[in-house]
Amino acid sequence: MGKIVAKPEVCIGCHLCQIWCAVAHSRSRDVLKAFFYEDPPPPRIVVEERLPLTFAFPCRHCAEPDCVFACISGALYKDPQSGHVLHDESRCVGCYSCVMACPYGAIVIDSENRKVVKCDLCEGLDLPMCVARCPNQALAYLAENDS
Amino acid sequence: MIVGGSAGAVGCIEALRAVDRKKTIALIGEEGDRIYSRALIPYYLGGRIHGDKMLYRPPDFCKQMGVTPWPGRRAVGLDPVRKTVVLDGGEELQYGKLLLATGGRSIVPPVPGLDKKNVFTFVSMADALALAETLPTARAAVVLGGGVIGLMAAETLKNRGLAVTVVELAPRVLAPVVDETASAMVEELFRAEGVPVHTGTTIAQVLGDERAEAVVLTSGETVSCDLVVVAVGVVPRVELAKAANIAVNRGILVNEKMETSAPDVYACGDCAEGYDFVIDGNRPLPLWPNAYVGGRVAGFNMAGVPREYRWATSMNAMHFFDLYIINAGLNVTRDTADRFEIVSRYDREARAYRKFALRDGRLVGFVLVGRVARAGILLRLMREKVDVSSFKHELLDEHFGYASMPERLRWELLAQDVRLGVV
Repeated sequence: MGKIVAKPEVCIGCHLCQIWCAVAHSRSRDVLKAFFYEDPPPPRIVVEERLPLTFAFPCRHCAEPDCVFACISGALYKDPQSGHVLHDESRCVGCYSCVMACPYGAIVIDSENRKVVKCDLCEGLDLPMCVARCPNQALAYLAENDS
Repeated sequence: MIVGGSAGAVGCIEALRAVDRKKTIALIGEEGDRIYSRALIPYYLGGRIHGDKMLYRPPDFCKQMGVTPWPGRRAVGLDPVRKTVVLDGGEELQYGKLLLATGGRSIVPPVPGLDKKNVFTFVSMADALALAETLPTARAAVVLGGGVIGLMAAETLKNRGLAVTVVELAPRVLAPVVDETASAMVEELFRAEGVPVHTGTTIAQVLGDERAEAVVLTSGETVSCDLVVVAVGVVPRVELAKAANIAVNRGILVNEKMETSAPDVYACGDCAEGYDFVIDGNRPLPLWPNAYVGGRVAGFNMAGVPREYRWATSMNAMHFFDLYIINAGLNVTRDTADRFEIVSRYDREARAYRKFALRDGRLVGFVLVGRVARAGILLRLMREKVDVSSFKHELLDEHFGYASMPERLRWELLAQDVRLGVV
């Protein structure tokens, strides 16, 4: 099971991870189209900020995911093959039980649609977009057996 | 063998199958073998979800998991010495390990007329379907009970176009769950949405022949209606355990391994009374996450993988109209406030409220109304009994997060999740 780790000392608080996360989950997957012609979706990565401290914080894809255990609709699940904690938005009713349960505050509320969104590690891409686009390598992707 | 087919049963099955694919699992589910989520009933009746979206797990879940279902069947007898369960058809089934996940039963107060045809409870699919049938012709409803379920029912009916009146016996709504300030915010909201809330009163009598046509309140008022929803709570279903001489208090008593007093018999969910770390004792916690995790812990123990459930406590994620509430731990009210250190902020204009109860510097309860984002971080601080006294006022910031904590604590809590010392 892979996960993304943050390196707070080299995070410059540019929020580009959030921009590219939105792009990765937009319809066009194109930065200009997503921000000019679409309503870009809310980023699924949180940037914690207390200047000068900043660090980006995505889902940990926990081995024992409290969000999945709290989900009342079955929208959240742990994929048995990849180990990724995934979210079927079509099943989400916006009860926010997962928001209550996630110890990292990594489930993001999409108020407009009264649902939540969360990190899917950009399944299908070689690297999660936030990691690939971080200009200062403040995010790193650890694949299953990396230490 | 698992008796009951909801969150606790699924938690148990998924844990069992994470350890072992071969052993046999029997599921005695009186509501059938398609596992739906009763927590979705308000969303179903409100029209937000349809049909299969009521299912908590795929329709072929039992098959996928190698579970033998006994759909529509009820367990009527239990012998923990011979390790047998008797079904309503008379069959006697042998088990190796047993989980009682029988849930709760709706309380219907002994009020004359509450047995009429258009009086409904609000916890099962059968309730939902019966209510759905009546809705198109109904114009006015009375909801008895101003708790979480009652208020969700009231909102749902209001959104379906009915005139709705809420009747609550306590002096305020949600009294067992949140404090006076949060209750007042919710009552104000319902009134603003055109739902009268009568507190400190209850139904004295239901008028009408076969069908309820009006209710008379103990306060003397009469409210006419085309249907009544009774949502005053659930009691643990403990009959099986009780008849088998298993220790029962309000619910079936379990230890941190979810074991009952009988060997190889476990219990979880609304029928059980398990450990709450905040009160450091047992109490019923009839909540979805606790049912699932209780079942999961039971499942691991049944499969021989020792686990303890030591982080359960009361918790609710609720929303009424556009107002969101998350609370956890102790519900500290005006009467109990002097036993705790209280840190709170209420902004009436913004409809935002945050309140934290501390004991010896540790969080033992909180309620957030309005902005609820990242509430789980607070629950974590509570679970890990972190001393928050040095940054308690930070908790009041609606953007509270790991960055708001003292540096050392922050990196301790995130040791597995960040990499320091790279420069």
